[in-house]
Amino acid sequence: MIALLLRDLKLAVRSGGGFGLALVFFLIVVTLAPLAIGSDTTTLTAIGPGILWLGALLACLLSVDRIFGLDFEDGSLDVLATAPIPQESVFLAKSAAHWMTTGLPLTLMAPVLGLLLNLPAPALLAVTIGLALGTPALSLIGAFGGALTLGVKRGGLLLSLLVLPLYIPTLIFGAEAARRAAHDLPYQTPIVFLAAITLFAAAIFPFAGAAVLRINLR
Amino acid sequence: MIPDLGKYTFEVSMSYGIGLALLAGLVAVYVIRARQVKKQLIAAEARKDA
Amino acid sequence: MSIWEFANPRQFMGWSGRALPWVAGLAGLCLSAGLIWGFFFTPDDFRQGSTVKIIYLHVPAAFSAINGYLIMFIGSLIWLIRRHHVSALAARAAAPIGATMTLIALITGAFWGQPMWGTWWVWDPRLTSFLILFLFYLGYIALWAAIDDPDTAADLTSVLAIVGSVFAILSRYAVLFWNQGLHQGTTVTVADGAQQDNIANVFFYPLILSMAGFSLLFISLVLLGTRTHIRARRLRVLFQKEMRT
Repeated sequence: MIALLLRDLKLAVRSGGGFGLALVFFLIVVTLAPLAIGSDTTTLTAIGPGILWLGALLACLLSVDRIFGLDFEDGSLDVLATAPIPQESVFLAKSAAHWMTTGLPLTLMAPVLGLLLNLPAPALLAVTIGLALGTPALSLIGAFGGALTLGVKRGGLLLSLLVLPLYIPTLIFGAEAARRAAHDLPYQTPIVFLAAITLFAAAIFPFAGAAVLRINLR
Repeated sequence: MIPDLGKYTFEVSMSYGIGLALLAGLVAVYVIRARQVKKQLIAAEARKDA
Repeated sequence: MSIWEFANPRQFMGWSGRALPWVAGLAGLCLSAGLIWGFFFTPDDFRQGSTVKIIYLHVPAAFSAINGYLIMFIGSLIWLIRRHHVSALAARAAAPIGATMTLIALITGAFWGQPMWGTWWVWDPRLTSFLILFLFYLGYIALWAAIDDPDTAADLTSVLAIVGSVFAILSRYAVLFWNQGLHQGTTVTVADGAQQDNIANVFFYPLILSMAGFSLLFISLVLLGTRTHIRARRLRVLFQKEMRT
C-alpha cells in the first residue's frame, strides 16, 4: 500500500501533468477573480474566502479523473486487483496520493494567495486550517466519482455532474469558517463539522469506492 | 368560469400552465416510450417465433 | 409464498399490467378533482390572495420529489442486497419522474415567491436543498444513460444513489447551518395538536386530494416505466440473439 502510494507520487511528480496543473489552475483563478470583480479591497475581503474555496474545489475536480483513469487504460488497475492487497487499500492509497499532490500544495499556497485577496490574518488561518481539513474529503469524493465513471468514454462532464453535489457540504462548512473568521467571529463549529465530514468520507468512501472498482473491473 | 385571480393572475396561471405542461410532458414521454418498446418487442418476438 | 415473488419479472409484468389501469385511473381522478377543486372552488387567502392556489401544485410536487428519492434509495438497496432486477429498474424509472417533480416544485415556488417575497429566487435552505436534489437526480440519470452494460449500470447507480442519499441529508443540514431561511415551515401535518398554525380546512381537503393524486400518478408512472425497461431489456436480449444468428 505504501509502495503504491510512493509509485503514484513519483508518477505525478515526474509526468508533471497532474501535480503542477491543479496548482497553476488555483493560481489563475485567484488572479482572475479580482480582475473580473474589481480591485476594491473591501469587496475582495468579503468574497476572498469563497474564491479560495471555489478555486481549490475546481482545481481538485480538474485532476480527479486521472486518479484511476490512466491506470485503468494501461491495465495497471487490473494488476492491482490481483495484488495481495484489498481494493479498499488501493482506493485509499490512490486518494491519499491525489491529496498529497493537490490538496496539500493547495493548502500551503492558500495563505499566500489569501494575501493577494486582502484577507485579514484570522481569515488566512481559518482558510488554511479549513483547506487542510477539508481537501482530504474532496480527494476521497473525487476518487469515488473517478471510479464510478471509469467505464465511460469521455466521462469528464459526467464526473463533474456526479461529484459537484457531493462537494456541497464541504464547501459550505469550509467557506463558512473562513467567512466567520473574516468577521472576527468564532469559527470553531464549522471547522469541527469540516473535520467530521472528512472523517466520515474516510470511513465510507474506501468501501463504496472499492465496491465500484470491483464492479468496473468485472 | 375562470375564477377572478385578482392581481396575481399572471403568476397563478403561469405556474399552473408550466406545472401541468411539465406533468403532461412527463406522462407523454413515458406512455410513448412504453408503446414504442412494446411494439418493437412484439415484432421481435414474432421474428423469433417465425 | 414470499413477498419477493412479486419481484419476479414475469410475476411483476402480470400484476402490474392488471394494476396499472386502476392506479392510473385513480391518479387521474384524484389529480383532476384536487386541482379543479383547488383552482376553481377555493377562496383566496386574506394575505396571499389568489397565489395560495399554487400550493395545490407546489406542495404535492415537492412531496413527490422527496418520495421519489426515497423510492430510488430503497430500490437501489434491494438491488444491491437481493439482486432483483425489477427493483433496479424501478429505481431507474423513478429518477426522471422525481427530477420533473423537483423542477415543478422549483418553478411553481418561484412563481409564488415573486409576488410574496418579492423575488423569484432566494438562497434559502429549502430552495437550495431542492436545487441540490435536482442536481443529484440529473447525475443519477446521466450515469444510467452513460453505461452500456445493464447490470454494471444498475450496480454503479445503486452505489451512487446510496452515497448520494447520505450526502443529500448531509447537504440538507449543511445548508440549514449556512443560512436560516425565508421559507415557512411545513404546514401540512396530518395529526398535529397545534391547529391554529396549520393550514385551514378549506385549503386542506383539496390539497390532500391533490397530494394523493400526485402520489398515485408517481406510482403509475413508476410501474409503467419499469414495465418499459423490462421490455426494453428483453428486446435487447432478442436483438443480441438475432445478431448472433
